[in-house]
Amino acid sequence: MKNIKITTFALLALAAFTSCSDDDNPQIYIPVNEEEVITTVTTTLTNGGTTITLTSRDLDGDGPDDPVVTVSGPLAANTTYTGTVSFLNELDSPAEDITMEVEEEGTEHQIFFQAPAILGDFTYTDTDANGKPVGLTFTYTTGNAATGELIVSLVHEPNKDGAGVADGDITNAGGATDAQVVYPIEIME
Amino acid sequence: MQQRLIILTCLLLCGFGALAQFSASGTVTGTTGIALGGAHLHIGSRQIAADATGHYTVSGLAAGKVKFHVSYIGYQPIDTTVVVSGDIVLDFKLRVSVSALEEVAIQQPAGSRGTVREARIKTETIEKYSSQSLGDALKEVAGVSSLKTGSTVVKPIINGLYGSRVPVISNNVRLEDQQWGTEHAPNFDVNAAGKITVIKGASGLQYGGDAVGGLVLLEPLSVKKDTLMGKTIVDFSSNGRGGSISSGLHKGNVEGWSWNALGTFKYFGDREAPDYVLSNTGNREANFSGDVNYTTSRYEASVFYSYYRAQIGILSASHTGNVNDLYRSINGKVPSVIDDFTYDIGNPKQKVAHHLLKTAFNYHLSDNADLSAQYAFQFNNRQEFDVRRGNYSNLAALDLDLETHSAQIDYKNLLGDWTLKTGASGAYQSNFADPATRVRPLIPTYKKYDAGVYGIASWAVSPSLVLESGVRYDFSKIDAVKFYQVSRWEERGYDADFADIIYGEQSSQYLTKPSFTYHNVSASLGFRKQFHHEWDWYANASLASRNPNPSELFSDGLHHATGVIELGDLRLKQERAFKISTSVGKRWQRLSIDFNPYLNIIQDYMFLQPVGFETTIRGAFPVWEYRQTNARLAGVDFQSKFQATKHWRHELSLAYVNGRDVSGSADLIDMPPLNIGNKIQFAKEEWNRLLLELKSEWVTHQSQYPRNNFETNIVVDGVQVPVIVDISTPPPAYHLLHFYSEVKFKTLGAQTTLAFAVQNILDTRYRDYLNRQRFYADETGRNFQIQLKFNY
Repeated sequence: MKNIKITTFALLALAAFTSCSDDDNPQIYIPVNEEEVITTVTTTLTNGGTTITLTSRDLDGDGPDDPVVTVSGPLAANTTYTGTVSFLNELDSPAEDITMEVEEEGTEHQIFFQAPAILGDFTYTDTDANGKPVGLTFTYTTGNAATGELIVSLVHEPNKDGAGVADGDITNAGGATDAQVVYPIEIME
Repeated sequence: MQQRLIILTCLLLCGFGALAQFSASGTVTGTTGIALGGAHLHIGSRQIAADATGHYTVSGLAAGKVKFHVSYIGYQPIDTTVVVSGDIVLDFKLRVSVSALEEVAIQQPAGSRGTVREARIKTETIEKYSSQSLGDALKEVAGVSSLKTGSTVVKPIINGLYGSRVPVISNNVRLEDQQWGTEHAPNFDVNAAGKITVIKGASGLQYGGDAVGGLVLLEPLSVKKDTLMGKTIVDFSSNGRGGSISSGLHKGNVEGWSWNALGTFKYFGDREAPDYVLSNTGNREANFSGDVNYTTSRYEASVFYSYYRAQIGILSASHTGNVNDLYRSINGKVPSVIDDFTYDIGNPKQKVAHHLLKTAFNYHLSDNADLSAQYAFQFNNRQEFDVRRGNYSNLAALDLDLETHSAQIDYKNLLGDWTLKTGASGAYQSNFADPATRVRPLIPTYKKYDAGVYGIASWAVSPSLVLESGVRYDFSKIDAVKFYQVSRWEERGYDADFADIIYGEQSSQYLTKPSFTYHNVSASLGFRKQFHHEWDWYANASLASRNPNPSELFSDGLHHATGVIELGDLRLKQERAFKISTSVGKRWQRLSIDFNPYLNIIQDYMFLQPVGFETTIRGAFPVWEYRQTNARLAGVDFQSKFQATKHWRHELSLAYVNGRDVSGSADLIDMPPLNIGNKIQFAKEEWNRLLLELKSEWVTHQSQYPRNNFETNIVVDGVQVPVIVDISTPPPAYHLLHFYSEVKFKTLGAQTTLAFAVQNILDTRYRDYLNRQRFYADETGRNFQIQLKFNY
């Protein structure tokens, strides 16, 4: 009698254990395309009829491949360019434009331009809902002939009230960096 | 409470005699009449053992009330008081313990189960941590420290090892709650533990063969007598401006129905460091656990269910983007986000839920043999929310459903001086990584199959010497489905070794089906020897094997909590640990000491090692990959308790461990530094059982650590300048003082305990080497705590 009880119990346990369904969820065979990933940061500088395009593209996200940087040409010395920055996710097809999202959430984002002083000055020309700069549009006044690197950073949730932040100084901005690209700059007379 | 006697036969013969010196004698047997030779008797202040036939005699008893306590391993003890007015004969018949086999296996007399000294945490101590976590309570044991993420995510470290190396066994079921992550705390309500036991090392073979670090055993409250008791603990803390309430009812019984029901709620806002608010560090918990048991003299059946749900805020300032953010955090010394105190929890945060359902059946085949079977189902859901843009902020960045079915059968037999334990277990686990997160999951979808068998024999050579030996075999197979970025696949060099597991390519990602099978043998051998009731000596050698966990095999992306790209390796094989430990204890009347040195040699120890840098569109990130090396951990735990006078007591605990990467000639990362705890206690029974306690916690600077610093460029005046990011140097030593006090009194028929405590009395600023957030913020400051406990 007692052995029957034990056996029954063991079999029940075993049945419960082995009867687990083996149906695979089809979702797991579809790769995740990270939709909020920024793959491409494009900075466009325009002066009159001249447009210089600087692009940094990293199609494998946080994968091992380095971003590919292209600059369409040299800049002219002592010239004021009207600039825009755009962000794309090219893993999506068609490519998703994330620039709009940054603009809509302007109070939570700021773009910073960092370059040695000899390359010239950057000035914000846009504002968010609180009257603070975002940096999607700006003017860039080049200096004399020189070469150097321009670093464009998109910071998420910066402290926009931090000292110097509204003037483009990243030092007290805090937040988390969503994008940071480095463009080689060449200014010719 | 009226003590109900369980004596089936109690023969009382009163002799005649006017002298005030009497004797007591008799026999101790089981209910079936089997003589319980060596049974332990406390008679008045005397302690004696019955002879081989179960007979005992004690003389020199004074007239009046005399307390008898009779106990024998595996049987229910008897407590009774007898009025002595002459020589008496008292026979005791002990009933076989009705506790389940698994409990018997781990519930031999305190400190003497197996051949590794176990550390217990008593209910009263557990209750002090009612509003905190399991990991906090475990720190009471010398040699156990904690790996934290902030102040609420606390993982136990046993002798320098944690995570997958320290399985947590809840009510005889191995918790499957994703312990592979460093920021995943055990999903367990500390209030649901009636008793906590720590086994340092792999000797608990009935629970598995992979406890390279040790085991944490949690058991619910169980009283083997007919009683209905309840307990409610209400707790308020100033730091976090919150508290917890936990309330439970327990129906104990010798036979028939017994049950437990317990619920706990916790609610806390932001914690505060001495100088600032630790923004977004609130947490909530809602837990329930309950069981129903039916016991007869032949069997016991039980159903147990527990539910744990927690929402935990992760310090805002710990969310960093690239390595420049990390550098600014480390060098800034102050968190980058400090907001006003709030109860709100924003992103980043964790939401976890854990269900455990267990049904068990234990059958007493005879007085000496037990057979038990159990089945358990667990479901764990973990959602991690990150700081995301736009509509994604309400979408978890990680969403894992882990489902585990496990079944086991255990058999135990006492054959004279021999105790044999054997059993078999099987488990099926499935993990589903929800792709709806729109983030490539760190842990893939997989299925895992486990099976194991073990046998443990223990031989009581003499009443003071026990030898024990065990062996276990485990089979494990894991079948995963994972997408790899083609670029990552090639960078890992998998194209040469694993081309056959690719099943397709979509959007520059390979669909792969990695499958691994493992066979492991683990073993334990040891003895314990007692010398004249005062000295005891334990020695144990164990061999454990641990399979690589999903995180070690499959990780392949950015880990936001550390700002590091973590890479798993499909080529990892099992790590094997050989641990020898010994424990020497001495118990004088007023002083007891335990000294426990150990050596753990781990072959193919898996660990994260920095290997370089990768540049992404977000900037540069350090890359760490899982590698294997040969490691050696050597250390010592020491504990002493000294009852100086009736009122004053002192306790000391000390733990030191040295971890070396032997092949790489480096120190191991995350080894707890030398720590020393001192406690002075004053107790006065007459004043409402007043207890005052001052505790000092001294944690030294860890000088043995691997140098993993790296160089990065930061922009100074528009120009990139190389700087060193110091992620290696442990923080300085710190010393904390804590105060605890309590009084007990009766209110409305309930035994009430009122406790007042202050943690970090001096509001000391400090950071802890084993806190993942030490780069971002100080630890919590002073906390005033009031606790009310009602027992009814």
